[in-house]
Amino acid sequence: MKEKVESFLQSKLSQFVLRSEPINTNILTFSIKSEGVVPVIKALKEDSELKFDFLNDLTAIDWLGKKNPRFEVCYLLKSPSNKHFRIMLKAAIEDGEGIHSITSLFKGANWPEREIFDLFGIEFINHPYMDRIILPDNFQGHPLRKDFPLEGFGQDYLISDLLHIHQEE
Amino acid sequence: MAIYEKTASRFRGKFDNLPEGHLLVNLGPSHPATHGILQNVVQLDGERIVDTEAVIGYVHRCFEKLGEKYDYNQFLVCTDRMNYVSTPLNNIGWILTVENLMQIQVPDRVTYVRMIISELSRIMDHIICQGILGVDLGAFSGMLHMFHHRENIYTIIEKLTGARLTTTFCRVGGMERDIYPEFASEVKMVTKGLKPALDEFRDLLLRNKIFNERTAGIGGISAEDALAYGYSGPNLRAAGIDHDVRKDTPYMLYDKVDFDIPIGEDGSVLHRALVRAEEMYQSIRIIEQLVDNIPSGRYHADLPHIFLPEKQKVYTSMEELIYHFKIIMHGVKVPAGEQYFATEAANGELGFYIVSEGEKSPWRVHVRRPCFWFYQSFPELVKGGLLADSIATMSSLNVIAGELDC
Repeated sequence: MKEKVESFLQSKLSQFVLRSEPINTNILTFSIKSEGVVPVIKALKEDSELKFDFLNDLTAIDWLGKKNPRFEVCYLLKSPSNKHFRIMLKAAIEDGEGIHSITSLFKGANWPEREIFDLFGIEFINHPYMDRIILPDNFQGHPLRKDFPLEGFGQDYLISDLLHIHQEE
Repeated sequence: MAIYEKTASRFRGKFDNLPEGHLLVNLGPSHPATHGILQNVVQLDGERIVDTEAVIGYVHRCFEKLGEKYDYNQFLVCTDRMNYVSTPLNNIGWILTVENLMQIQVPDRVTYVRMIISELSRIMDHIICQGILGVDLGAFSGMLHMFHHRENIYTIIEKLTGARLTTTFCRVGGMERDIYPEFASEVKMVTKGLKPALDEFRDLLLRNKIFNERTAGIGGISAEDALAYGYSGPNLRAAGIDHDVRKDTPYMLYDKVDFDIPIGEDGSVLHRALVRAEEMYQSIRIIEQLVDNIPSGRYHADLPHIFLPEKQKVYTSMEELIYHFKIIMHGVKVPAGEQYFATEAANGELGFYIVSEGEKSPWRVHVRRPCFWFYQSFPELVKGGLLADSIATMSSLNVIAGELDC
């Protein structure tokens, strides 16, 4: 299965697939260009043999001070018809850059993409409703960024917002 | 900027543009019909639901951020608070991920006990889900009837771990302590009592005419949609897809035990309830194959630099004192690398993704929570249905707020 996926990506989508240094992992991992996210996942999903038609997980990593570009968006795909084989696709993007949404391919990508936007500040282009999902709308910053302090920025601004609402009412 | 200005203005806009005769109803976040802190803003036309918006995030504690500061054993207490209905399953999922990354082999005794506790937790979770479903439909007795048996399981877990809810079961490399002598016989007593209770529960509630009419064909989802939304676990199997991580990519000793995967047909509330009911029988079957054959031996792997030494030896022996100090101060040494490891929790595929840079704490922890993936389809499930049915749909999905927000 590993060779199949590798040869498929090399032969058909080599313009999007980057070579990356090997890491100690249990999941077959590929680095792809951020503009290639939609075509690569679409091709993997629709290929009659590989059939990576289940979006298993979607998350991001902040590599502040370790890697350049800073963020990596990780797509974990599963192929139920091939003994539930999983592959990981990683698209590296810089701070402030957007990445194309895959909600057109997987409906389930909706909330995870919003979660990444909420916690990392990575914006997804063509997402049906790109807004914070977990944190309140007036929250400042994106907590899973490495430069966000663990204690947060305090709650003074949240409390003053509350007081403001009480005064209005 | 006022708090929730955007959300409030959106709902105000929705409210202002409401068609004639429609009603905007706010359910939650603290509502007797939403078990957990979940909010739904429902647009009603008479009794029919036109549109729903699920608002989540009320129990968000950002465990993924905490995970970047805690060491590998400390993060266990965070997993306790995710799916708080079947806590040991989360603990075991996390520990297995770390052990896989470190390539630790634990003794069979540990694996046996972990599997037994996993299946007991699954039963615990399903009992709650089934019971609450009955309560939401007006049948209180089912839950009270089964709770007695859930309490028995809790007693075992309490004896084993010292806590009922926040179990913090297992450590990297084994278990915190050995099982107590009468563990096997108590598990057998529980499963022996459970079987007739489950039969009774099935006859009383699941075969009940009112229950059937309230749940059949309600809140259904097709297999294609379920897969597209990233469903897993009993909710996916109720839609007719036989995915189960225990069979697909076996971990622990699930490839050595016999059990079947029950599947439903239309993914409706009734089929979800039936799948869960059958899964409890299958869990008992797994437990019965294991409980008589728990091998003797250590309750942890022989790895002094990873597993804490016995307290008595720490006071008397130099070497153990050093190991104790090193583990407490510097944590468990995990090699640099990445690991995604999936286990079958009670709600579906619970996956932990660790990115390690070889330090005390992971560089990044991510939890693939089954609830988060299937709850996003909730507006679609209840669209066009009755308001009362949306309550049943919600409780049959078994959305746990602690896991949803993480």
